[in-house]
Amino acid sequence: MSNNLNFHFNVDGENFSSAGEASVVVKKKLRQLGFPPDIIRRVSIAMYEGEINMVIHANGGDADVTVDDDYITIVLKDTGPGIPDVSLAMQEGYSTARESIRALGFGAGMGLPNMKKYTDSMEIDTTVGVGTTITMKIALNK
Amino acid sequence: MKICEIKDLLGAEVLCGEELLEHDVASACCSDMMSDVLAYVKDQGVLVTGLVNPQVIRTANMMDMVCIVFVRNKEPSEAMLDLARDFGLVVMRSSLRAFEACGRLYEGGLGGKAGDAHVE
Repeated sequence: MSNNLNFHFNVDGENFSSAGEASVVVKKKLRQLGFPPDIIRRVSIAMYEGEINMVIHANGGDADVTVDDDYITIVLKDTGPGIPDVSLAMQEGYSTARESIRALGFGAGMGLPNMKKYTDSMEIDTTVGVGTTITMKIALNK
Repeated sequence: MKICEIKDLLGAEVLCGEELLEHDVASACCSDMMSDVLAYVKDQGVLVTGLVNPQVIRTANMMDMVCIVFVRNKEPSEAMLDLARDFGLVVMRSSLRAFEACGRLYEGGLGGKAGDAHVE
């Protein structure tokens, strides 16, 4: 028997100050549900990085988190500019963020590598001019 | 080191989280790049920074930190402090620059990594 939980968030791309609010909510929910701290931290960081990326690069989008018996799955979907060269974007230190974003403490080119590091799998489906969907999974019961 | 000792070493003013000053922390980090904090921090309980925006508070929350020290007398907004209260964080500010603040903490016995005996 499976009791999947779903959380949906609309990530506001207009307001950098509020970026990360969805990740904060997810972190709280996972804590309430009694998940181990290590799992909660990995989910929170991966989602937070993704959320920040959506605000910086794609004017926001949709975030969905699903919890099932085996995985916590985070799907981040935007209709932004897309990523022209994914392997380049995955390199630590590579960033196309504006200087104004760096002044806010982000855009060091660590977001995508960090998301991969903290999750068990990450898939990037991106088309230039159409948008990007990132699916990350964190295994439970490992 | 207790958080109240950090306050004393830095001559800092506590802006929220007074009730948590007796908590112990084992290590600290210092950065103005939240990207780096998210990438490299492991078990550091204290963040020393000169960057002031709500993402600093959220980043500390994501990393399970317990205390933020704003250097150079940077003043967080009331909205940021509300967020910090919600997360159960101590926030303080010191007139020191980051380098000196870190130096005092290090000299006072606060390392850069949790459990210095277990440095990888």
